[in-house]
Amino acid sequence: MSISSKRSVATAIFSGVSGLVFGLGLIVSHMIDPQRVADFLDIAGNWNPALAFVMGGAIVVAAPAFAYARRHSLSLIGNPISLPNRFNITPRLVGGAALFGIGWGLSGICPGPAIVLLANPTPQAIIFIAALVVGIWLTDTVLAVRSSTPDEAVPQASGD
Amino acid sequence: MDIFATATIGGALIGLAAAGLLLVDGRIAGISGIFANAVTGQSGLWRWTFLVGLIAAPLLAPFVHIEVPVPHHQAGLYMLAIAGLLVGVGTRLSGGCTSGHGVCGLSNLSLRSLVATTTFMIVAALTVYVVRHLGLPVGA
Repeated sequence: MSISSKRSVATAIFSGVSGLVFGLGLIVSHMIDPQRVADFLDIAGNWNPALAFVMGGAIVVAAPAFAYARRHSLSLIGNPISLPNRFNITPRLVGGAALFGIGWGLSGICPGPAIVLLANPTPQAIIFIAALVVGIWLTDTVLAVRSSTPDEAVPQASGD
Repeated sequence: MDIFATATIGGALIGLAAAGLLLVDGRIAGISGIFANAVTGQSGLWRWTFLVGLIAAPLLAPFVHIEVPVPHHQAGLYMLAIAGLLVGVGTRLSGGCTSGHGVCGLSNLSLRSLVATTTFMIVAALTVYVVRHLGLPVGA
């Protein structure tokens, strides 16, 4: 096996471990219970602030890794590190975040928990994921049609 | 354990997963982006193994004595379909979700992610207000 294919196997194996630990974090923190998420978002009602500690705990642990990554161009196994743009505020960013906020508020489910919930394929879990895929596909299709306008034609994957 | 302790420990595990993926693999644990690029056929086995790890988590949790909470859905099937559609479109347009913008972006001191996270938090809280206090029916 060549060095580059060994590296992509190592990348995939470690990524699986990371996904597993991420999923366990979502389970321990109860992020996979839509009611708990809605309780956190229900500021006017019986507000449960616990989920703020989820994001806080995650950021405290992850921030030093990002500080390291901003100063290095290669990961520990030699993959290139490229971090997303940090300053480009656009109507698309804000509008997209608002649409996501409506969907998250209606369902109490964001993409990570949606995937974890698929382990028990209830009608709720399957319908949410199917609609998520349709939404992604629709967006990419519309953006591809509009790609003659180069401004923001390519999805900006901050998350990937 | 009280819910603030489990929230913090769960959050720390999420942060550990994101830090590890970045330091070892050089990748960002933004789940909406990983999922979208996997299902739209971008190359990269690592995306699929990450998603398999997520799905495996509740199956393996009992072996490490982690209790898996039962999900309580407030929304009915039609409303879940609308919500899933909005989450798909919105995260694709804004380039991230709670993990990509909320955890990774804020950890990276990203102004973009701060604006996105503030926006989806406020809008989600307003949406829950409309559902729970103004009586928008979501049970359908």
